[in-house]
Amino acid sequence: MARLRTRSHRVVLNRSQGGDVGIFILLALLGVMMFLPMFYVIAQSLKPLDEIFMFPPKFYVVSPTLENFTDLFSLMNESWVPFSRYIFNTIFVSLTGTFGNLFVSSLAAYSLAKIKFPGRKWIFQLIVYSLMFHETVTAIANFITMSALGLIDTLWARIVPALATSLGLYLMKQFMESHVSDQILESARLDGCSELKTFWLIAMPMVKPGWLTLIVETFKNLWNAGSSIYIHSEQYKSFNYAIQQIVSGGIARSGAGAAATVIMMIVPIIIFIICQSNIIETMGTSGMKD
Amino acid sequence: MPEAKEAKRPVARKDMTKAQWTWKEMKRNKTAYLMIAPFMLVFTIFTIFPVLLSIILSFTTFNMLEMPKFVFMDNYIRLFLDDDIFILALKNTLIFAVITGPVSYMLALFVAWFINELNPKVRSVVTLIFYAPSISGQVYLIWKTLFSSDSYGWVNATLIKLGIIYKPILWFEDEKYTMPLCIAVALWTSLGTAFLAFIAGLQGIDRSHYEAAAVDGIKNRWQELWYITLPEMGPQLMFGAVLQITKAFGFGQVVTDLCGLPSVNYSAHTIMNHLQDYGGQRYEVGYSSTIAVVLFVMMVGSNLIIKKLLSKVGK
Repeated sequence: MARLRTRSHRVVLNRSQGGDVGIFILLALLGVMMFLPMFYVIAQSLKPLDEIFMFPPKFYVVSPTLENFTDLFSLMNESWVPFSRYIFNTIFVSLTGTFGNLFVSSLAAYSLAKIKFPGRKWIFQLIVYSLMFHETVTAIANFITMSALGLIDTLWARIVPALATSLGLYLMKQFMESHVSDQILESARLDGCSELKTFWLIAMPMVKPGWLTLIVETFKNLWNAGSSIYIHSEQYKSFNYAIQQIVSGGIARSGAGAAATVIMMIVPIIIFIICQSNIIETMGTSGMKD
Repeated sequence: MPEAKEAKRPVARKDMTKAQWTWKEMKRNKTAYLMIAPFMLVFTIFTIFPVLLSIILSFTTFNMLEMPKFVFMDNYIRLFLDDDIFILALKNTLIFAVITGPVSYMLALFVAWFINELNPKVRSVVTLIFYAPSISGQVYLIWKTLFSSDSYGWVNATLIKLGIIYKPILWFEDEKYTMPLCIAVALWTSLGTAFLAFIAGLQGIDRSHYEAAAVDGIKNRWQELWYITLPEMGPQLMFGAVLQITKAFGFGQVVTDLCGLPSVNYSAHTIMNHLQDYGGQRYEVGYSSTIAVVLFVMMVGSNLIIKKLLSKVGK
């Protein structure tokens, strides 16, 4: 009979002490390696000028200051197109694209996972194949398609392709299949609920972890987008692009550059933190299976 | 990836031909088609059509100004027989993929597995530490500062102080170091969606399966991993593999950002960089479509092979 012991609230089985320690050390080492570069960015962004140019450079900051951030904001004010324009572009594209994708992909995922219609296997197979290649492979051909559709040099060139991502559809379909029971949908249909209403009011709340993952994933892609071959007018370019232009001014701006990197990375990280607590919470409570 | 099992139908379909029956089912489920229509429209225009267009263009010379001219296999012949840099890029891409693909996959799987043993509060912090580099956009540019060749580079300064080297190493301008550094950065940013999928998969496994297995004589965590955890995670394992392989073959933007385009003596030049070079800078649309098609075939091909291999896990 195996040795059983409890840790926190659940039963943990067959765990040797040595293995626990070994795994902990390995995880700690990997964690430190992952974290150090991130730590260095933050340290750089808080260093005053003399510490940035100090030799040998220190890994940590001695007297932290927000100088680099104020420098960055004054550099922003000098830009040719008002900086609020770049910020608007990125926020508009990220939000429209993310929520559009959430709706379009979930709708399609629901239909694929929960309605048995002819051709659904064929369609899903096509989606799985499309996960197997990187979108940059099609970028050049896409340029031609977009010019034909008149999307070049508009914000829609970024938004429309992001509305239907195969990754989003795949994720949502998997979640719908495992988290939404057919009986509940069937009874909703018998009660006269339309398919669209069943999807929105019954299936969607049950796959919260799925759409939170989808939001994190889509948002980070759109938020982090830099320059694009589809957009050449200055007033349609992204925040990320503008910030890179500012900080490419050489070593003198490396403090402002680190500040900009911190601002850029903090938004997706916050969104992930918000979603993560929800994901864990939902995963703990949505133990419904048929 | 497993398909949903076909439900048994109560409908009698003996008195109809297959086409008739399909048509009837299609009409009955017209809402399903309406629901999937927006997705399929965008997907067709921006994913399927560009793939087909790339294949067609790969047989032509086209510069976006004049009409495309059909040249049959000329582009492919030029690519494999006349373009030394492509062969170099092919070699580099394979090295990148063979190292970063499996290593990043195992890393994601094992870290997710370790994290799953922690208590929920610690787990969310640790998850964030591992996941953050991949969602933080261009944060990897910090590697350029860390490995900077002038006296502001922390790595050079430390090595000089310790007496290991006497003059700074030009990390991103030295053929010896560009590839290993790019591989390190690739691994650093590799714990992305696949990693999250693994964590979700691990959390979804029913605890009672482990308890039952312990009774059946599973002796340690490694046996538990191989006989219970991995087989239960089948769909996530497959999904993760597809994402990591695709990412490994699509590697190139990081090289451009860290080492420039082209990198010194093409030492870290990948097929993706070659594509950027011909498509984005030289506007040789026909030729770059050929490069895109070759890369496409490599990505899909290796994914299909891995899919075969992964179906053997836990057997």
